[in-house]
Amino acid sequence: MIQAIAFYLFAAVVLISAAMTISARNPVHSVLWLILAFFNAAGLMVLVGAEFIAMLLVIVYVGAVAVLFLFVVMMLDIDFAELRAGFVKYFWIGFALALGLVAEIVFYAFGSVWTGSLQLAKPIAPVDPSVPNIQAIGELLYTRYLFVFEGAGLVLLVAMIGAIVLTHRQRKDARPQKISRQINRRAKDAIRNVDAPVGQGVEL
Amino acid sequence: MTAWFESLGMMHGWAWFLATIIGILVIALPLMLAVAMIIYADRKIWAAMALRRGPNVVGPLGLLQSFADGLKVFLQETIIPSSSNKVLFLMAPIITFTVALIVWAVIPFQAGVLLANINVGLLYVLAASSLGVYGIILAGWASNSKYPFYSAIRAAAQMVSYEVSIGFVLISVVLWAGTFNLTGIVEAQRGVYGFGIFNGFGFNLLLFPMSVVFFISSLAETQRAPFDLTEAESELVAGYQTEYSSMSFALFWLGEYANVILMCALNAVLFWGGYLPPFDWAPLYAVPGIIWMLAKMSFFFFLFSWVKATVPRYRYDQLMRLGWKIFLPLSLIFVVLVSGFLMFTRFGVPA
Repeated sequence: MIQAIAFYLFAAVVLISAAMTISARNPVHSVLWLILAFFNAAGLMVLVGAEFIAMLLVIVYVGAVAVLFLFVVMMLDIDFAELRAGFVKYFWIGFALALGLVAEIVFYAFGSVWTGSLQLAKPIAPVDPSVPNIQAIGELLYTRYLFVFEGAGLVLLVAMIGAIVLTHRQRKDARPQKISRQINRRAKDAIRNVDAPVGQGVEL
Repeated sequence: MTAWFESLGMMHGWAWFLATIIGILVIALPLMLAVAMIIYADRKIWAAMALRRGPNVVGPLGLLQSFADGLKVFLQETIIPSSSNKVLFLMAPIITFTVALIVWAVIPFQAGVLLANINVGLLYVLAASSLGVYGIILAGWASNSKYPFYSAIRAAAQMVSYEVSIGFVLISVVLWAGTFNLTGIVEAQRGVYGFGIFNGFGFNLLLFPMSVVFFISSLAETQRAPFDLTEAESELVAGYQTEYSSMSFALFWLGEYANVILMCALNAVLFWGGYLPPFDWAPLYAVPGIIWMLAKMSFFFFLFSWVKATVPRYRYDQLMRLGWKIFLPLSLIFVVLVSGFLMFTRFGVPA
């Protein structure tokens, strides 16, 4: 009973906030709606018993990715009128894409239910409920899916190096801090006690 | 408690609901009181270190100072800047405050005394503490003013940076304990170090450096000195709180100190044995676990205060350098060392 209420609550908020994400006028509001959608998606994950995925969703997407989104969007100087001017121009292309995606969902999901290859009421792989989620995922990732997992790690590494190479530029006019010099600087290197004679300046 | 309500003839769902609400109140109300007293303690410690008296007028020894301050902000007018984004402006302190409270659900105060004993306790802590930054970012942006906005940008960069190294520190603790459950982590620290005398991962030579890194990162995560660049008064007026007044300001204040106490609790739970006494010696277990827990939290709070009273503020580039160039490689190396050591000693043995 409580689970059903929670499911419909989370699902409804996900749908509403997803709709608001694309219809909000202010991009900052859009990101905030997106965060709400992530959050409720995590709630849905908890409901199906995947608490590890739920926490990961919150930590990675809400805690890091969306913060950076917000960070960038807040600093953008956007002309909203100009931004919306393209809407009518690209409406039909976007509409066609959306239609295609909806058709895919309908064909795959409903089609597999109708043909009987997917039974919604039956869990795919019965897992011992006493085994923690993290352990179950870890055992699969490091045995059966080891190569795929390592391959994904490699792809991420390449992407990271690529991003750094693309954005890195050597600046000639910059004067970086030399931390070791700052730390090693002692009072006797910087301060000199001079007994200044009366009526004369001090040679520095 | 659920069973007790059920014995009164309630349905299971409602009994659970009522028991949970009572559990939340039992944690949150003393926490608010603790925040008031900890602010007083903070000011007294700074005062003592600066050879001043500190608050000493309101109530005996000035004990009621925080309540007087609370009453003052409560009676003030709430000013909302006309050019601000009003909904977000009011939501920001509420987010900060709520997020500071929700983490307490998984903190074990004593063996079995906690609101939710979940498998992914530590991940929950990490998830909730990563939300704390939203209150600050939203406050800075919604104020529609320069200084709060600078502060918001600083906060975003700072908290994301230090969360990375905190994550690796937590991973090394989890590897050693073999569980994400906080009670499990505390129990894993029972009498295994120094010939079975000490309770606490901090006594483990491989984990001690991690405990230092975690302590410093928790200073950065709660934006305490020397990492309080988000509210650096010499540069940014009051940072993200500049435009806030009355209760919305007080909520930030409460949330900030609730976070500080939380980080003290996490230091105690993760590295120094939580509710276990420091030595594995039978007579010490006669003292209730919650006393040990509170004593450890107070000790860490004293350290927080001590740092704030004595250390000058970092420059922003130093802050980023410490996070990315020192803590991140250091904690990464220690994850490798810890997992290597565990592979070597526990290979083939169920952890």
